[in-house]
Amino acid sequence: MDSALLSLLAAFLLSLIGLLAFIWSLRKGLLFENPRAASTIFAPGEIGKADDPALDKDAAKRLQEAISASHQGEPQAEDPEEIEDRIAADRSSAFPVFMFIAFGCMWLILGATAGLVSSLKLHWPDWIVSDAWMTFGRMRTVHIIAVLYGWITNVELGIIVWLLPRLLRTPLKGPLWVMLGGSFINVGIASSIGAIGAGWSDGMEYLEIPWQIGLFIQAGMICIIGSVFYTLLHRKAHELYVSVWYHIAALLWITLLFTVAKLPGVHFGVQQAMTNWWYGHNVLGLWFTPVALGAIYYFLPKTIGRRVRSYNLSLLGFWTLAFFYAQVGGHHLVGGPVPGWLITLSIVQSMMMIIPVAAFSINMAGTMWGRMRLALYSPTLRFMMFGGFMYLLSSLQGSFESLRSIQQVAHFTHFTVAHAHLGAYGFVSMVLFGAVYFMMPRVLHWEWPYPKLISLHFWLASIGIMIYFVFLSWGGWLQGLAMLDATREFMESVRVTIPYLEWRSIGGGLMWLGHMVFVGHLLVMILRFGPNRTGEALFAPEKMKLEMMHGK
Amino acid sequence: MENEAKLTAGAMTTFSIAVAALVVLPYIQVSDVQPPAGLKPYTSAELRGRDSYIANGCMYCHTQQPRDRSFAPDFERGWGRVSTPGDYYYDKPHLLGSMRTGPDLMNIGVRQPSVDWHLGHLYQPRAYVPDSIMPSYPYLFEVKDKAEEDEVIVRLPPKFAPPGKVVVARPEAVDLVKYLQSLDRSYPILPPDPQREQNTK
Repeated sequence: MDSALLSLLAAFLLSLIGLLAFIWSLRKGLLFENPRAASTIFAPGEIGKADDPALDKDAAKRLQEAISASHQGEPQAEDPEEIEDRIAADRSSAFPVFMFIAFGCMWLILGATAGLVSSLKLHWPDWIVSDAWMTFGRMRTVHIIAVLYGWITNVELGIIVWLLPRLLRTPLKGPLWVMLGGSFINVGIASSIGAIGAGWSDGMEYLEIPWQIGLFIQAGMICIIGSVFYTLLHRKAHELYVSVWYHIAALLWITLLFTVAKLPGVHFGVQQAMTNWWYGHNVLGLWFTPVALGAIYYFLPKTIGRRVRSYNLSLLGFWTLAFFYAQVGGHHLVGGPVPGWLITLSIVQSMMMIIPVAAFSINMAGTMWGRMRLALYSPTLRFMMFGGFMYLLSSLQGSFESLRSIQQVAHFTHFTVAHAHLGAYGFVSMVLFGAVYFMMPRVLHWEWPYPKLISLHFWLASIGIMIYFVFLSWGGWLQGLAMLDATREFMESVRVTIPYLEWRSIGGGLMWLGHMVFVGHLLVMILRFGPNRTGEALFAPEKMKLEMMHGK
Repeated sequence: MENEAKLTAGAMTTFSIAVAALVVLPYIQVSDVQPPAGLKPYTSAELRGRDSYIANGCMYCHTQQPRDRSFAPDFERGWGRVSTPGDYYYDKPHLLGSMRTGPDLMNIGVRQPSVDWHLGHLYQPRAYVPDSIMPSYPYLFEVKDKAEEDEVIVRLPPKFAPPGKVVVARPEAVDLVKYLQSLDRSYPILPPDPQREQNTK
């Protein structure tokens, strides 16, 4: 056996043993379920009660009736002390959360517009080309930076900062530090977009942000981590809920990832390419994904008033994700001038990702079992379920897509782009939409003025991404087949994609419309236009307390 | 799980394993790569052109990594032999790319040595490749009544030339073409010494 294979095998065995030992040290008695730990998101007596702030009074009543119909046992009175804690927690985080969501939505509009323009440019190559900043290569990168770092990162930080005080039963410590961090990060994002438009780029995919500007983002993350850890150490809750694991770990991971990948003057040649793709896959594997999963672990059970099915499965899912996901990046360089063992290692770990994905999916399916139809009543739940299902789909697709036999066709084509959008949009962004619909009424003490717009947004976004994904995958596959066939000239692989690229623009257009509806609705809510949906709770704390205790 | 120290330590452990496997090990393995004898460092004009290549995002549609003949027909398409780590010795940052919306450019300087073709193709790709979806780059050029003495005039097919005017290339376009012409990794790569291979096994 050659040395590469041996070392691979040894590393693999060693890592598996280490992982098992680690889980063992964390929890002796893995075979027993831990319902107490799984129900820390509920105050005593809250199980069986619906909670979806995105609903108006009548709709909330219908959801509660649907839940009560399937819930055994009467809901009991809630513990006022815990509810007090939650109100204090929500109040402490309201301003920073509002800031993150508002910035996120601004970048969403910019990023989605840049994305749609780039998509159109792929089949109208002479459309708006007169200035440098409009060219495809820059417009596309503006889209990527605005949606990945502007939209997803901001809203995920908002979710972390909002959930953490709730889950730890402690007001957020140092909210001003969080807001300072948020300002640094958004200054960084704005400067990066300006830099890309002006042609200043570090030149590597997902790492275009010039490292000098990256310093702002790192400083911002450190401010936020400081405040988050301070809150963590002063917590009232004993148990750390699943969402907290994902969120704390993800904050540390993304900061370190960005630092290692951006080290100026260290990386060179093909080694830089390997670091580039290690980062490229981890930014979604160790940042977008874990935060979105943590959000599902909170919002989905909370909405339906039932605890997560299995605590141990979530433990397994978390640690296998932490271990396997960090090593999958190499499969992006299949066939490239890099050591073969690296690609093989990454493909193996990509396949191993099926374990955390299955653990999560089984857990969520178990939680939802018999209650799927609740999605009819609750918008938060609908977005969360869609997102969770797309996580399963995009992860399974990703695992198999890493195999050499599939990559032979799919590599270097639009198939990969479609897959990336299924993950970043179908899964992550849909979860973020659901979370924003849940959080904003609590942050602003104001209901969503037009519930029908939430449904409209959901359908535009979900139909849009499906059109986008199906047609682009199909076109990408045909493109790959054409490129693989040496008897067909290269231009055939370009011609064959054109109708699919047009369909992609149509799907993207629907998604873009959905974002307009979403952000417009949010603006109406912030500016308090539209029908008067609830009292001015900010000036009547007693009334607000009542609302929060009993739902609306 | 109720211990934040264990959570943090565990998260850092899995992360460190990944850094060791995917960043540090490759760093060690390729740190002693030497430039092949046939590879020349870029001139400063070529480096300026390379910056243009990055600024305008050429790498989002063009790869620079022909693959092995057993994996894909890159060689048959005339994109060159499989690339090796040494070929990228002078590349900072790397421009391997991840999409082939357009063809591989690792050896475009060999395949298409003509300055006129490159300049015209950047000005209007469809003048040379009818169905191309590459954007045109009019901002790298100027359309004038009359060119100055030291300016580079772009010779376009008559159908695509603006009537009564001349198209001159801006310095960015000239440098970019110099960079594209410099892309030549057609020099031979020696196969590894079988004697040495034997010894390391």
